[in-house]
Amino acid sequence: MSKFEFPASIKSRPVYGTLEARPGKHHLMIADAEGAEAIMDIATPDLMAKTHIIFISRGTDYGDKLRALNPAIFYEGPSYAASVPRIQRVLQDAHMGLQVYLTGTEGLMGQAMREAVDAGIPHTAIQTEHRGSVARRMQCVHCKGITEDVETDPFVCAHCGLNLFVRDHYSRRLAAYQGVCIDAEDPGNVPEPKGIYE
Amino acid sequence: MTIQFNDETFRDDYSFHNSERAIKRFPFPFDKDSYMYAVNMEQHRGGPADSVYEKRFDVDEHYVSEMRDRAQVLADDPLRCQSLPHMTLAGWDVLELIMTCKAEDYPDLFELHRDGDRWRWINKPLGIDDTFTFLDETTLPYGPMEYITRQTQGDFAVLDQRDDNLWMDAGMVTTQADWSLDFDIGMNFFEWHAPVPLAHEKGIFVRALKFLLNIQQGAPARRLNWTMTVNPLLDTSPENYHKWGIQKTTLTPQNIGAKQHLRVELQTFFRLPRSNGLVFPIRCYLCAFQDLMTVPKWGRRLHRVIRDLPEELATYKGFIDNRPMMLDYLSQFDDGLPTSNGIWPDLETEPPLQK
Ligand code: HEM
Repeated sequence: MSKFEFPASIKSRPVYGTLEARPGKHHLMIADAEGAEAIMDIATPDLMAKTHIIFISRGTDYGDKLRALNPAIFYEGPSYAASVPRIQRVLQDAHMGLQVYLTGTEGLMGQAMREAVDAGIPHTAIQTEHRGSVARRMQCVHCKGITEDVETDPFVCAHCGLNLFVRDHYSRRLAAYQGVCIDAEDPGNVPEPKGIYE
Repeated sequence: MTIQFNDETFRDDYSFHNSERAIKRFPFPFDKDSYMYAVNMEQHRGGPADSVYEKRFDVDEHYVSEMRDRAQVLADDPLRCQSLPHMTLAGWDVLELIMTCKAEDYPDLFELHRDGDRWRWINKPLGIDDTFTFLDETTLPYGPMEYITRQTQGDFAVLDQRDDNLWMDAGMVTTQADWSLDFDIGMNFFEWHAPVPLAHEKGIFVRALKFLLNIQQGAPARRLNWTMTVNPLLDTSPENYHKWGIQKTTLTPQNIGAKQHLRVELQTFFRLPRSNGLVFPIRCYLCAFQDLMTVPKWGRRLHRVIRDLPEELATYKGFIDNRPMMLDYLSQFDDGLPTSNGIWPDLETEPPLQK
């Protein structure tokens, strides 16, 4: 599958790279859905023997393919939220030199990045690669509720129901973009939703 | 000069008003007839008598009412004041800085009595007389930054300095020009400035950060920034934009002089001694167009600045739709005469309106 090229943007917006196998004794890979392909692209038997994979399938069938790579530890969780305690536990006794690989949707990478940074993993030891859906995790600036997997602009806040437009302003602390009321100055005038990059 | 504190509101019936004195000392932000972003910083070492530059933390006739408005904003939304766990010491630095400056600069309004780490703080306008132990949070009703900024006009960003950058790790933000502390807390200088147009490309933020990183204790700096606000609403927050945005559409040629306000921020920068952080007070001053027009120089100049402002800036500042109506109004006060350099009103030397 070809990778999506994000258009140039403002300085708070994260930039993702391409995973590469790094030297090291311990590797933690966290992925959702098509992120599995980025792992498969760099997997070697030697690397996999030192790797813990945490995978959220989101309805895809990559789980078996990842398992077939024979990682040292493989876990498939039903949702990102369900895997968080495990991620925190694994990061808690991360060894010096642990290499972290995050791949898949922006929502997954952003949230797992926050866990890794909070656990004290240096930025230089964390790699990211976007794969799959370009949906965004959005914070409603009005009610503070998070709406996951937003694919259109504008969209309806899942919490307060306001019609929000999708900004590029991004908070790493919240692992979310900002959504702002689109019809505040002209109530009811809400444009037809379009794909975020259309 | 003793200050008569106004009893006024910045919401609902908007009884906010500027006295003649407040108009004359309004920090008009344009030193020439055009405006573009620049690294417009200078030392904050006083200024003309009774100007907003004179004291380190200016206290004016709006003080008591502004603090009442802040308390209301915080009751409605406590997330407007936040401090990340490592910022408590910087909060004490802020408290000490403000208390010592205010007690020195306004001895008739504020008193600070220090006996070792037992401090007694008297704030006469707000009727506060508290004794607490410096650096012991349990002896104050709020965290130190929140305690003192509930008693000080202006928003406050408290910055941690590390990795050659500044990190907005604490703040009290209730009078902001449409940005969210809750969203921006934890960001660095380039990240929280990300939405600003044109300035990144001009290298302004790289140079500005360099300047800020080198600010020394006892040598604060300042700059002015500005935007436009319909009605004297202090809390133009993104949080409440779905409620106040509609007010922008209520301007008419008849009410624009009273309703449209120039909103100016006096931004200052102080190095903090214990934490080595920086505190960035953002003091908001509002003035109705019709009050500004009583100063002939400002009338001429405001028309020219708004007329020639790049579209990107008028859009970012949120008044692109109202600009034509503003220009219709402002053009009545521009007779084409030249204007003197600098921001001051120059009432004695500038000619009255010639039309
Ligand atoms: C460390 C202290 C500073 C803080 C906390 C701060 C914070 C901010 C914030 C939160 C915004 C709003 C951005 C948005 O749209 O979301 C802003 C805008 C801006 N800042 Fe700063 N800033 C600081 C220092 C400076 C300095 C030193 C400059 C010097 C050039 C500067 C120039 C600007 C400009 C030009 C804008 C756009 C304002 C407008 O057009 O209304 N800032 N700042």
